[in-house]
Amino acid sequence: MKLLYFAWIKQRIGLAEETVTPPAGVDTVDGLITWLRGRGPGYADAFVDVTPIRVAVNQEFARLDSAIGPGDEIALFPPVTGG
Amino acid sequence: MIPAAISVQAADFDVGAEIAGLSSGQTGIGGIASFVGLVRDMAGGQPVRAMTLEHYPGMTEKALAAIAAEAADRWPLDAIRIIHRFGRLEPGDRIVLVVTASAHRDAAFDACRFLMDWLKTKAPFWKREETPEGDRWVAAKTEDDRAAERW
Repeated sequence: MKLLYFAWIKQRIGLAEETVTPPAGVDTVDGLITWLRGRGPGYADAFVDVTPIRVAVNQEFARLDSAIGPGDEIALFPPVTGG
Repeated sequence: MIPAAISVQAADFDVGAEIAGLSSGQTGIGGIASFVGLVRDMAGGQPVRAMTLEHYPGMTEKALAAIAAEAADRWPLDAIRIIHRFGRLEPGDRIVLVVTASAHRDAAFDACRFLMDWLKTKAPFWKREETPEGDRWVAAKTEDDRAAERW
């Protein structure tokens, strides 16, 4: 799956995007975030608290309990501030 | 479906030209409402030197189109124009333009306000301000959520 990070989440992780293959059983956004936390200190710092984390799956706003699968494009970002 | 022209761009825009372009050849339009958002030189009591807008290319355009479709569904509009800039902008620079055209003013005014309120909460943009204290990300405001919930 393709992951994209924006704003301070991107800064903390140090990457704008990456392609990952999480282990079997990682099938929700929540599960993905839990798995990402273990990938390094930048990830742990970005996802220390999920309250300010928003998500889009395949460019549509989704929820932390939304299902995800291989081939999905998942973006993780803080609350948006357009306009 | 009415024409909703949406641009996400780094370049500035000409407000007068955009408004004129919206109604050209459409004599059924009785009123055009517009809103222009600008970068301010102060935020949270601190001077702001510049603001950098980041967005999610691909999703941004889709999100703006969905918001425009919602407005077209709810009000009798003849045209919608949305321009949202990204990149580094300085105080006084234009950030966003929303223009709505309708036979009557109420629909144009209401749809314009609705579009701005929804842009704040549903368009994937993030803003970073440069202040004398360093850079900071602009947090989404709860009052923006409340403004969007009115609709």
